[in-house]
Amino acid sequence: MAFQEIKLYQTGTFVAGNRLLDPEQRSVQARMGRSNSLTSGHRACRGCGEALGARYVLDAAMRATNGNMVAVNSTGCLEVFSTPYPESSWQLPWLHSLFGNGPAVAAGVAAGLRAQSRDDIRVVGQAGDGGTVDIGFGALSGMFERNDDVLFVCYDNEGYMNTGVQRSGATPPAARTANTKALGPEPGNAFGQGKFVPLIAMAHEIPYVATATVAELHDLEYKVEKAMSFHGARYLHVFVPCPLGWGAASEDTIKLARLAKESGMFPVFEAERGDVTEVSRIRRQVPVEEYLRPQQRYAHLFGDPGRPDIIARLQARADRNIARFGLLPEGDD
Amino acid sequence: MRSQIEGSQAVARAVTLCRPGVIAAYPISPQTHIVESLSDRVRTGELAHCEYLMVESEFGAMSACIGASGAGARSYTATSSQGLLFMAEALFNASGLGLPIVMTLANRAIGAPINIWNDHSDAMSMRDSGWIQLFAESNQEAVDLHIQAFRLAETLSVPVMVCMDGFVLTHAFEQVDLPTQEQVDAFLPPFIPQQSLDPTDPVTIGAMVGPEAFTEVKYLMHAKQMEALDLVPQLADEFDEAFGRRSGGLLKPYRLEDAETVVVALGSVLGTIEEVVDAMRDEGLALGALGITCFRPWPGAEVREALSGAKRVVVVEKAFAVGAGGIVGQNTRDATRGLPVEVYDVVGGLGGRPISRASVRALLDEVLGGQLDPHRLHFLDLDLDRVQREMERSRHGERPGPHAEHMLRDLGAVASGTNE
Repeated sequence: MAFQEIKLYQTGTFVAGNRLLDPEQRSVQARMGRSNSLTSGHRACRGCGEALGARYVLDAAMRATNGNMVAVNSTGCLEVFSTPYPESSWQLPWLHSLFGNGPAVAAGVAAGLRAQSRDDIRVVGQAGDGGTVDIGFGALSGMFERNDDVLFVCYDNEGYMNTGVQRSGATPPAARTANTKALGPEPGNAFGQGKFVPLIAMAHEIPYVATATVAELHDLEYKVEKAMSFHGARYLHVFVPCPLGWGAASEDTIKLARLAKESGMFPVFEAERGDVTEVSRIRRQVPVEEYLRPQQRYAHLFGDPGRPDIIARLQARADRNIARFGLLPEGDD
Repeated sequence: MRSQIEGSQAVARAVTLCRPGVIAAYPISPQTHIVESLSDRVRTGELAHCEYLMVESEFGAMSACIGASGAGARSYTATSSQGLLFMAEALFNASGLGLPIVMTLANRAIGAPINIWNDHSDAMSMRDSGWIQLFAESNQEAVDLHIQAFRLAETLSVPVMVCMDGFVLTHAFEQVDLPTQEQVDAFLPPFIPQQSLDPTDPVTIGAMVGPEAFTEVKYLMHAKQMEALDLVPQLADEFDEAFGRRSGGLLKPYRLEDAETVVVALGSVLGTIEEVVDAMRDEGLALGALGITCFRPWPGAEVREALSGAKRVVVVEKAFAVGAGGIVGQNTRDATRGLPVEVYDVVGGLGGRPISRASVRALLDEVLGGQLDPHRLHFLDLDLDRVQREMERSRHGERPGPHAEHMLRDLGAVASGTNE
């Protein structure tokens, strides 16, 4: 057999470099025994952040539970692209009911398993940001306050992408969507609206809340594994760029996820019982402009004359995140 | 064992005997006593191996039942009125997925105007949700129907709604024969799900289905309901054999032999109607009654057969399709198409207004006297004068204001303000 040159592509983050690590430290995706819970052949768009996130989340959870797992899915892109009848990409027991009830269905599955003394089988619920922060929010809060034994994962691409890119409660200010167009004196989504559900999840004082991005997949797997080490309600909010909805290049999904974190636009942290326990610091801080510019949904902020005033307001939001969560690089604070 | 017991307590006991694995419920009057009692029974261990979820809404309750049933647990909930409407999306989902959930519906009016009292608007609004709908005439029948409902649901993998009149039955104390655990265990075997979330045999439940197969999946739902038309009477017979009493079945014919005029109704009002039938029979009038126990699936052929000898059919129903007419009436008219029979649509008992023997008698006298137009919708005990006064009043002035408040003022129920 010919000698195969090993390409070393470690970039100084957690994203790569599996081959440099001990087998035990390698990502679940890099292992022969990965479960391929969401297997290939599905119909997600090229560069879909959600498909990538779901694949990593579920395989890590499957590993953590030794395959004793059920997934519940709310309606949305993930459900649609994975199950065009009679095909299914799901290699694990999977239940989809409705758009707004994923957390309640997951709680019901957990209760049903417990009633049969099968609580060795764990439950993961998943939804997009619409199904989590908007239409499913009552059910999510109920699941949290009852401390049902469910890990609920939100794949946040900041809008209703499945229905044609409309605004959700997770859409950031100034972003153009199909119903917050770049029209009028305040183009795009309004400032002073929206919600950051990880903080609301923490207010329920549930055992574990974490945020992650698809730029740091090792970190994502670590958080899933950690979440599965707890019982009770857990929440994982994963930032997943959407090339279609954001007007971004398919190959920029990972880059944008990284820039969201490095600019302070999306804080990455962990919390237990309502308190922040770990923060993933910015490695090399970038101005928000660097994150915004590659995305067509912010195109109205650039060009001539552009809207430097709005960019400054977005920078102020990032700065607030940086101050609030202590995101500055080690030694800078 | 015979007990003098509240309807809700009796139903809670019956549900306990059916050994559900998961109960998820949200409080709404007049369902509350049922779910409170079940909470007690889970806490004391009388109902073992049961998870009781106090959910954040009725939508959550039905959703949790969907999850629990999908996980292979026998699942139960109870609701009323607005709660049923709040569940609506999940009701269609449960039936579409073919999950054999059993639910008690303590029938109550739907607002606005907000009203907690009994009628059948809630059940009727969900008649096309794909759930089997059984209506109890008495608390004894409510108990018995729940035991049959789990068998029926799980045999066909179809959800079943047991409807019992709110307050009239749920809060009434009467003698009920409560079966023993051994009797129920012998009638209702442990739940073996037809589909289940099992890591050793992973399935995808709730896949997206396009035009290429949607019709066929829906046809299967219909076919299962048609099977229920055979299974419901079979279960009633089997129940009779095991428990020694007649409960359930599709229809309750009452003195139909040679009956020229037949009153059709659902639920607890049948008792009142049967008394009027008895009185009129005593006078030599050929009256009968037909109770509909199983409203969904609609036993059209059986209804037609039961009404084949009648000249006049008076449908007294506690709901109606606003802007269209009767609901049970329309189904009855459909079932009797081509028969030489007039069907009268009569709406009564809305929002808890009692349907008295006197009202039923007066109605039937009008029918027999040819004073009732069979081509119009009729409202039992309607105060037409008051309606006309309000219509007249609201024609004047630019902002006539809310009808409900003015109606109450007109009635003298609101002391403040004047009508002028």
